[in-house]
Amino acid sequence: MQSVHIVSAYDEELKYLSKRIAAMGGHAERMVEQAISALVNADPGLAEKVIRDDIVLDEGQREIDDKAIVIIAKRQPMATDLREIVGAIRISADIERVGDLGKNVAKRVVAVTDGRQPTSLFRGLEALADLALTQLKEVLDVYASRSVEKIGFVRDRDDQIDAMYTSLFRELLTYMMEDPRNITPCTHLLFCAKNIERIGDHATNIAETIYYIVTGDQMPAERPKGDKTDKIVLPASQPAK
Amino acid sequence: MAELGTERKGTARVLAGRLWNSRWLLAAGIVAVLAAYGFAGMSAWVVVLAVALLFAAAMLPSAAARQFTESGAATEAGGLQRLSGEYLAAAVADPLIIFDRTATIVHANAAAFAAFGGIAPGMSLPLKFRAPEMQALLDSVLSGNVASDVVDYTEKLPVERAYRVSASSVGHATDLYVLVFKDQSEARRIDRMRADFIANASHELRTPLASISGFIETLRGPARNDPAAREQFLQIMQNQTGRMARLIDDLLSLSRLEMKPYLRPGTEVDLRQTVDSVIDSLGPLARENGVVVERDFVEGPLDVPGDRDELFQVFENLLENACKYGQSGGRVTVSIARSDAAPEPGIDVTIRDYGPGIPEEHIPRITERFYRVDVENSRTQKGTGLGLSIVKHILTRHNARLSIKSEVGNGAAFSVHLPAR
Repeated sequence: MQSVHIVSAYDEELKYLSKRIAAMGGHAERMVEQAISALVNADPGLAEKVIRDDIVLDEGQREIDDKAIVIIAKRQPMATDLREIVGAIRISADIERVGDLGKNVAKRVVAVTDGRQPTSLFRGLEALADLALTQLKEVLDVYASRSVEKIGFVRDRDDQIDAMYTSLFRELLTYMMEDPRNITPCTHLLFCAKNIERIGDHATNIAETIYYIVTGDQMPAERPKGDKTDKIVLPASQPAK
Repeated sequence: MAELGTERKGTARVLAGRLWNSRWLLAAGIVAVLAAYGFAGMSAWVVVLAVALLFAAAMLPSAAARQFTESGAATEAGGLQRLSGEYLAAAVADPLIIFDRTATIVHANAAAFAAFGGIAPGMSLPLKFRAPEMQALLDSVLSGNVASDVVDYTEKLPVERAYRVSASSVGHATDLYVLVFKDQSEARRIDRMRADFIANASHELRTPLASISGFIETLRGPARNDPAAREQFLQIMQNQTGRMARLIDDLLSLSRLEMKPYLRPGTEVDLRQTVDSVIDSLGPLARENGVVVERDFVEGPLDVPGDRDELFQVFENLLENACKYGQSGGRVTVSIARSDAAPEPGIDVTIRDYGPGIPEEHIPRITERFYRVDVENSRTQKGTGLGLSIVKHILTRHNARLSIKSEVGNGAAFSVHLPAR
């Protein structure tokens, strides 16, 4: 990328890889965005579109894998180039998973919006999605600019996402306890929230890969887990408000 | 245009001068030939040769003049021709990016830098603009199938913006292309604002309205002849209308903020002075609540880029919350400190109260619209549920961050981190 090779076709190939990654990233961002808006606005048509779109990401990942392997075989890359190529393989896998998670949210749209739900149910989810999407956007922007000093923010954001997820988890449990009829939509929303939280994790993974590509070092490992939902217990006798 | 006119006039004048000069040359040549003929007594063919030379000499200035005409035309168009793309780009108010055949950014104007942080010459364009429609736009223009193309492009985060983007190739065989963004956010925001306002307002105004109409019914019925009850009910009704008015004010203020186009504010704000005046203006409220406001400001200038009125509103909302909800602590500390830690040096303004604190599960969510930790408490304190939402909105526009730290029983600290650019 940064260096110039004697064989210009080699540069072209590396550039092509990063261009494909960016295109996949943009596609995944759009899918998640649309999945959330389909959920909030109860729009099964849009959800359908998101589900159909996932195939583009699957193809993208396969193509990047193929290309990367061909480049490794043909050019015998070293150092930065090798990291760039291996990084591309890893990032494309993460993006593909993000797309899958978006698709999964879209699949739940019909079940959640079956009976009209109050908008307060979705407000928290929307805020969570905003956080996760911002994180994904920032990470992919860093991939474009290669300014790894900005990567610290990504982890801050990840903590915020975890905190938000924990709070949402509690809220949804409360709704379920209030009224058993809420259980179906809230369970689906719980999975949606989990999916979105996972998107944040994938974004963090991508950030770590980018750090590795640029610096050659692994990102220092200090990740206190902020997701405390594994410990949440609501007392069964809590009175419904 | 005026410049071109004077240039043309100048060219004509110089041309006339050239003609005048060539006339002298011609005359001198004739005199020389005649003199040579008279003195040396040359043969006829030498004279013919001399005349031929003279013609050539007469031709020469006319050739030079022609050359000059051409160069005159060149300077005439040259004003435009020489005009650097950079200056032209700088003069365009919309974000504009010039890129080459490999979709690498060659130049971006100031508007583009302001609108899309983190772009730099040498960066690959499709890596920054990843949306599928942008990718398609770049592909179609770079493939050369079409000379120019237009798409609608929306960015949802961090602030929603909508652009109509046109891409086209520049000149002939320059291998350069240009991307121009026309901001359409405003129209879209107006639509959204209308929808949001109606949804929020109708929902939030219904509660006080229902209570007022209930009391009116009681006043006309059972409480018709009970002066004590009437007084009490009228008081409640007044409180409710007050609440409705505040709600409408806050909703309007939020909507107005959302309406403003996304621009990094260009002015500098003195935080010391701003925070001081916030504390002064909230003095009565603090006294009423029995809260002492303590100041802990760091020395030195405390200027940050931003909009004073908006930042005033931020600190006002935060301090007001601290006084109202941290009342039991009896004091509120406002501190300003410099944080030089990487990656973003800036200034931290922290407003800390010593009240009951906020339960952990609510912290991530209290900036959402109408999210209330304790509905009852918020109502009695005349809260609208929009204060922190407004704070967050303003801070996003300032590229700033709000962090909230709180422990139940130990008060809460709201810290605003403003980047010093």
